This record gives sequence, structure tokens and C-alpha cells, in this order.
Amino acid sequence: METDVQVNETTSKKVEKKPLEKVLIICAKGAIEDVYAALVMANGAVMEGIEAKMFFTFFGLDAITKKQMNKLHTGTVGNPAMRMPGGLPFPSLLGMLPGVEAGVSAMMKKQMEKLDVPPVDEFLDMITAGGGEIYACRMATDMFGLEMKDFSEHVKDIITVGQFYEMADGDRTQIIFT
Amino acid sequence: MGQTVIAGATVDLNDEGYLTDPSQWNEDIAKAIAKEEGIELSDKHFEVLHYLRDKHNAGEQLTIRKVGKSGITDIKGLYQLFPGGPLKKSSRIAGIPKPASCV
Repeated sequence: METDVQVNETTSKKVEKKPLEKVLIICAKGAIEDVYAALVMANGAVMEGIEAKMFFTFFGLDAITKKQMNKLHTGTVGNPAMRMPGGLPFPSLLGMLPGVEAGVSAMMKKQMEKLDVPPVDEFLDMITAGGGEIYACRMATDMFGLEMKDFSEHVKDIITVGQFYEMADGDRTQIIFT
Repeated sequence: MGQTVIAGATVDLNDEGYLTDPSQWNEDIAKAIAKEEGIELSDKHFEVLHYLRDKHNAGEQLTIRKVGKSGITDIKGLYQLFPGGPLKKSSRIAGIPKPASCV
């Protein structure tokens, strides 16, 4: 049987791109890698001309609390991806020893500094310089007994989840939970 | 994209409009590309552009942070000079490749 071969015209048409216009990034955890994932994404957005708003909640509040923000640690217990320099396994038992977590965390920060990744306070400075906005979660702030004065000067406001969702207007907006 | 004539000079551009050979660049080309981006270049802009080119030629990876510490302008100033994508736009106007850094 003979069949007509039809050229699919739609595949040759140029697809119109619809770039992101706004991202809302939630950071709920306070380990170095959790906080930096959120910071890198927010900073990357403003660098691309995408509006970025960050919402810190629960242990993520450490990243915007003046006393804690530059002393973040990474967990050395229960992290199966944790390895020794050189790739040997890193037993959780070792991670429990005093000073190990601090040492590993210092090493991570050193590695990041080499890549020109700034400390947390400077990173917030970079994000807000680009027009990004930083918010603290009302509920978690109350829960931890914190106040506006405990937070970095870059924190714009303490807001509720409802106010956060209100910011998600516009049809090219994404909410990202790191 | 191939070869294009910008400001009377023939240059090689990639698909995203970046010069593929930074040595083809001159200040008139910069002005023409900047105009496309809606930017009128001032002396301050040129200071940034020359800084980026020097660092690129020295083989350094460029970041916003580095430019912010260059003494030419701070990060806020950089965003004001090149709105809506400071490092990307300044790199394109400076005739160097699109930045490959995440910060």
C-alpha cells in the first residue's frame, strides 16, 4: 500500500521562547549547601535580569541571622555523599568527633572562596544590589524568638506565607524550594 | 550567525551575538552593540569594558564579585551601568565570550 509522506511543518517552525521573569526561592534549611543552593540560584536570577525574592524559614533563618550567617556548617553525620579529600569514604562515626564538622565546613568555605563564591553576608549584599529581595518567615521568626533586629540589614521584611504567595503574580513566575 | 558588519568593521559573531574573536573589537563596535542593548556608553562603561577585556586576556574567569572589587564600580553600580544582565551584557559589549561562571 502506498502512503503519502507529509512533511510536518510544525517541527520546522521557530518556537517562541518565553523566558522566566520572576523566581521566588524558599530556603528552609541552614546547612552550608542548602543555603548556598538558594543564594546561588537567587543571585544567578538577578544576574540574568530575572526578578528574585528569597524567603527564609525554619533553620534557613540562620542564613539571615546576624549571629549565625557567617558560621554555617555542613552536616558530617548521615550524609552518604560525604567523602574524604581524594574520594575515600567518610564514615559517619568520624563525623561525630569533636571539631570534624567545623573542619569540614571550613574546608568547604575555602573551596568556595577559590571559586569567588562570597561569604553569606556578602552574597546577600550582591543579591540585593541586583534588586533581589530578602524576606524572613513570620511563623518561624516567632517560633525561634527572633526579631527584625536579629536579622541582616538586607532583610526587607518579616512576612506571612500569604504575603509570600501574593508576590507570585505574573505568568512567568516560578516558586523554587531548595 | 557568522560574519556581520558592525560600525564599519567585519566581525565574527556566534548565535548569541558575542564576538568570537575578541581581537576584532574596537570602541566603535562596543558603542554599536551597546546601542542595540539600549545603553549609551560613558567613560565609566568603557573603564568596565577595558577591565573585563584585560582580565579575559589574562585568562581569568570573570564574576560580578570581581568587577565589584575592581575599584571601578561596586556591584550596585554595575547593575546600573548594564541593567538586566550586567555581566552578560558587559561581556558582549566588551567583545569577549559569554561568562561561564555561576556567580
